[in-house]
Amino acid sequence: MSSRERILGRVRRALADVPQDDMPYEQAVPRDYLREHGERSVEETVDLLAENLADYRALVHRCAPDVLPSLIAGLLTARDARSLLVPAGLDERWLAATEVTRVPDLADSSAHELDRVDSVVTACALAIAETGTIVLDGGPDQGRRRITLVPDHHICVVRVPDQVVSSVPQALERLDPARPLTWISGPSATSDIELDRVEGVHGPRTLEVVLVGGQASADVNS
Amino acid sequence: MSGTFVGMPAFPAAAHEAVRNPTLRGNLRHATHTIRAKREKAVAEVSDWAQLREAGRRIKDHTLRHLDRYLVQLEESVTAAGGTVHWAVDADEANRIVADLVKATGESEVVKVKSMATQEIGLNEALEAEGIRAYETDLAELIVQLCEDRPSHILVPAIHRNRGEIRDIFVREMGEWGRPAPEGLTDTPAELAEAARLHLREKFLRAKVGISGANFMVAETGTLVVVESEGNGRMCLTLPETLISVVGIEKIVPAWRDLEVFLQTLPRSSTAERMNPYTSMWTGTADEDGPQNFHLVLIDNGRTDTLADEVGRQALRCIRCSACLNVCPVYERAGGHAYGSVYPGPIGAILSPQLRGTASEIDASLPYASSLCGACYEVCPVAIDIPEVLVHLRERVVAGGQVTRNGNKVLLKPAKGHAAERAAMRAARWAFAHPGALRGGQRLASRTRRFHPRTLPGPGRAWSGSRDLPPVPSEPFRDWWQRTHGGKDGAK
Ligand code: SF4
Repeated sequence: MSSRERILGRVRRALADVPQDDMPYEQAVPRDYLREHGERSVEETVDLLAENLADYRALVHRCAPDVLPSLIAGLLTARDARSLLVPAGLDERWLAATEVTRVPDLADSSAHELDRVDSVVTACALAIAETGTIVLDGGPDQGRRRITLVPDHHICVVRVPDQVVSSVPQALERLDPARPLTWISGPSATSDIELDRVEGVHGPRTLEVVLVGGQASADVNS
Repeated sequence: MSGTFVGMPAFPAAAHEAVRNPTLRGNLRHATHTIRAKREKAVAEVSDWAQLREAGRRIKDHTLRHLDRYLVQLEESVTAAGGTVHWAVDADEANRIVADLVKATGESEVVKVKSMATQEIGLNEALEAEGIRAYETDLAELIVQLCEDRPSHILVPAIHRNRGEIRDIFVREMGEWGRPAPEGLTDTPAELAEAARLHLREKFLRAKVGISGANFMVAETGTLVVVESEGNGRMCLTLPETLISVVGIEKIVPAWRDLEVFLQTLPRSSTAERMNPYTSMWTGTADEDGPQNFHLVLIDNGRTDTLADEVGRQALRCIRCSACLNVCPVYERAGGHAYGSVYPGPIGAILSPQLRGTASEIDASLPYASSLCGACYEVCPVAIDIPEVLVHLRERVVAGGQVTRNGNKVLLKPAKGHAAERAAMRAARWAFAHPGALRGGQRLASRTRRFHPRTLPGPGRAWSGSRDLPPVPSEPFRDWWQRTHGGKDGAK
């Protein structure tokens, strides 16, 4: 007998007490929890996202679409970034104002090569306001999972309000499980040493989130 | 289960050692109290916590009750997504499968993201015996591995070490394993984390094989989920060419949307955050993104035996958040090592003796490693009634009875060496025949113990009115310990 058969056989014998007509899945699980917590206007939801991102030590910037290229250029200059990873499908206009050397996201570049790159700019699949989370799904404007992992500085652009959802349930509804997904809430962190929080153990130590939306507004927390 | 630490004394003796170590106690107390207070705040933020908890409980219960079906469905969806599924009855088989998979790649080292399942089966040691070196990449696991210690907490395994000790371990040991600690390393957490970053990065960038566990597996879609903070998980899950995930068969949820429950309750219960910094989800393999070979090793290793116990099976709902550890007065004093297994604290006290059976002294003593105060049940995000299972297991240890071991029904003899408990249990027989009354009575009794109640309020009154409270089930752990073991060396 294969181990598969043996385990499945054991499971079935172990469940001899469970009746054939046991409650089906749809009825077995009450879904009376909330789809989102509290009532907010669209604007308030975006504000909450900004607040929660900042609370988890992401650096949050807000700007109008026409200001985005100069904002990105400024962020790269401020970090003295000399090289920049760029996913194949990133909106070209976002990088119009920067001269930084571009490194394309290629399947055959080695991890060591990526390690030498200073920064990476990506879009995202969506962002969750209640938890301060951005979600990447490997789309053309986000690239392979490793490009937002190895470089030390990640700039992530979120289109507001259309890429913002309130809650985790709303996020899952919009995501495709067949894609590789990375949920990011603030930069990498550890509390392993006497529970003191330290940012940046293995992922990017600096996460900058740019909320780009309709009307121009001043920088928040930058 | 091969996870028993060799030469491990039974819980009371091991706990006794820990209680006499003031550094350990201080570290533990600081840690558990800090996390506990933060958790309460994080939970208070969501007004529907009770509903989320109930949904989580029901999802897991439903899955367990139909586990055969969901396992088959999971296998189909993982296979369809390009992964390969392996089944392992026990630790030896799981270790052999993993070792063979690693050898097939021609590699002799692997990077690992913290996984309790691989600790449970002793994978690192098994790989070492095959000439394969496994590097733990979680900061705390790294600390523990460097000093050949054992983890003491599910979430913060090096909670028993303070910064000075960690610095010394890094300076002394890092060079033995790869990149040495930087010159002049101090004991500030930031510098220590930087040293770990540099030391491990060298390994991540060259690793061809990664090994992980998983927090959840979605039967419907074949998606695996790993929840973490440091980024070492992402490193192990995406940089290597081959990924091997070793996961207990109970980690399934039926549908994609079920994650909406656990991704809200797990981080809050665990690290007291709204969301942990990184969550990775992958479904088989993805074109030119991440590992191109994906293997899922499903392990039983005592889980089906646990499933066969109608009272005890609820322990398999556990999502390893560690909330129950942080509220447990016994854990706080005794520390994780005293439990003699990879699963410490209240959950360890009910899970280990079920996974491994109660034949050894340590396993037989674990159900007594509790004051039955009920705090663990109250914080558990999947509402596992740990006190109920503890009492059930005590009864089993004391009175024997039918259990399932390795898939076979066997009759367990009453444990030797527990004569005191046996006698005490006899006195409480009536209560065991009335589990409802016992359950209500116990919690209340333990919570109001200071006031020495003669009768119980509420539902317990009917029976306690005409009886004295059964002394055994509500006996505080400390008293039991003192009574049965404390006299040995006369220590207070
Ligand atoms: S038993 Fe409950 S509280 Fe304890 S680790 Fe498991 S899920 Fe968390």
